[in-house]
Amino acid sequence: MSVSVNHPRWVPYFFLTPFLLCFGVFMVYPLVQSIWLSLLQTYGPEYTKFVGLDNFWHLLRDTEFHLAARNTLIYTLGSLFIQLPVALGLALLLNRPGLRGRTFFRLVFFAPSLVGLVFAAMMFALLFGAKAGLLNEMLRRVVPGFPPEFPWLQEYVMTSLIIASLWMYAGYNMIYFLAALQNVDPALGEAAQIDGAGAWHRFLHVTLPEIRPVAGFVTLLSIIGSLQLFELPFVLLDGAGPENRGLTLVMYLYQNGFERNDLGYASAIGWVLAVFLAGIALAQRRLIRE
Amino acid sequence: MKALLKALDVMVYVVLVVAAIITLIPFVWLICAALRRPEVYFQYQFLPWGDGFLGVNWRALTLDHFGKLFDQSQFAFGQHLLNSVFYASVTAAFATLFSAMGGYALAKFHFRARGFVTLLILSSLLIPGSLLLAPGYQLLFHLGLLDSYAGLILPGLVPAFGVYLFRQSMLHAIPIDLLEAARMDGMGEIRVFFEVVLPLVRPMTGAFLLITYLGCWNNFIGPQIVLQSPDKFPLAVAIAQLKGLYSTDYGLLMAGTLVSIAPVMALFLLLQREFISGLTQGAVKG
Repeated sequence: MSVSVNHPRWVPYFFLTPFLLCFGVFMVYPLVQSIWLSLLQTYGPEYTKFVGLDNFWHLLRDTEFHLAARNTLIYTLGSLFIQLPVALGLALLLNRPGLRGRTFFRLVFFAPSLVGLVFAAMMFALLFGAKAGLLNEMLRRVVPGFPPEFPWLQEYVMTSLIIASLWMYAGYNMIYFLAALQNVDPALGEAAQIDGAGAWHRFLHVTLPEIRPVAGFVTLLSIIGSLQLFELPFVLLDGAGPENRGLTLVMYLYQNGFERNDLGYASAIGWVLAVFLAGIALAQRRLIRE
Repeated sequence: MKALLKALDVMVYVVLVVAAIITLIPFVWLICAALRRPEVYFQYQFLPWGDGFLGVNWRALTLDHFGKLFDQSQFAFGQHLLNSVFYASVTAAFATLFSAMGGYALAKFHFRARGFVTLLILSSLLIPGSLLLAPGYQLLFHLGLLDSYAGLILPGLVPAFGVYLFRQSMLHAIPIDLLEAARMDGMGEIRVFFEVVLPLVRPMTGAFLLITYLGCWNNFIGPQIVLQSPDKFPLAVAIAQLKGLYSTDYGLLMAGTLVSIAPVMALFLLLQREFISGLTQGAVKG
């Protein structure tokens, strides 16, 4: 028996009430409302006009939206293929038996993820500075022939964002990988070693399958987080940046909803994003089951 | 073979130390930037060198930026700091309480709507927060809650993720016999929750409090949309404004950033063990 029986019937409902009230008012209701909103054109919260599916048709032809989607996708792929391998690599190094200072290193690598995106953007705005930024100054010293004023925030916006997010989240993702690695039974690896499997083989055929569920979880979290990128470029570039090079999907949603005051168009963008995320999550579940 | 292993060990440490230095550089740089006098800001990246103690020109450093930030007549950062503390504490406390209550109901009771509510929670985890921005704004407008802390905090109390986490940890952490025994002793249901259930999931509670606190402290888009009066802004919004207005006063901007980051860093250093274990609990064991 895993649940209580000797209690008045109202008890579970009583404990659920505060959550259900908030959930209903601030989650379910706005969600339903956003379906209706996506069929409207609005100016602020009060002036609305029914336009049917026009918002969605317009999205198909909206080149700014396409640019935002492209930028967001580049950032997401960059985070996945650069950040996650780095995170896994750090976790593997920290998981070496007999390593000293593991707690210290874990703490250091994790620390940047505590910095809010806005605050990180404040720092990176200066670190990436073309003339006096620390990054350029260091690169000029280390890399021979490095251009004197490399325009990170003027021309290489997505690269800058990927570097910034590498600093912020590699250690965060590392925490998950490390926790998973520490759960792997060391006997498995030892058995493979006795059978003569090399380090790379052991990693590929013993360790990787064992941490697969967590790897899937971390990948999904990264995708969901990356697709919703907003604060970092918004504060770093004071908006979308030169020629909209830092425009992302959520920033475009924000611009439409709260700068141009069209909550309807913003909701349509939100729904495209939601459907996209749901699709990825479903694909992911199928991949993990296999 | 032994020498090779030894070399490998050294390599591991070298890689880790280099990675740690790269990770820490921006923090060190930030502290130095916040302390340098404007006259020498661009001459150095870190501390200004000179003939003072340890080869540092200490006179080129100053605490003026912090004084300016906290001066009531200038930037009133004290107010923004308090706003952030208030917003994060209240949201974290209630979100944690509601999550623990909801998780308890789903984990330890049989009732008709249980399956439905669990399904509702799981599916809501997939909804991107940005989808709710526009309808949420409209709702707050109709409720008359724009530009108020109620409008900022209430939508943050929908912790579907938290209910799920607490449900997961309570399924196994709370022996049903203990609950029955407490009831036999004549404890009321509410006392059972606060005096028996909550203490048993203390690590989870601590971790979730921290995660929520941090999330609110760093939240930008919520207060940016809901709040309009500058005196209500939390640090995240205040500092973004500062960047727009004083974009050339680098020392001041970095001092403001340092003030915004330092409290949560300190909190985390104090409670890091609980924090990290709570973070990975749902993922690794779930």
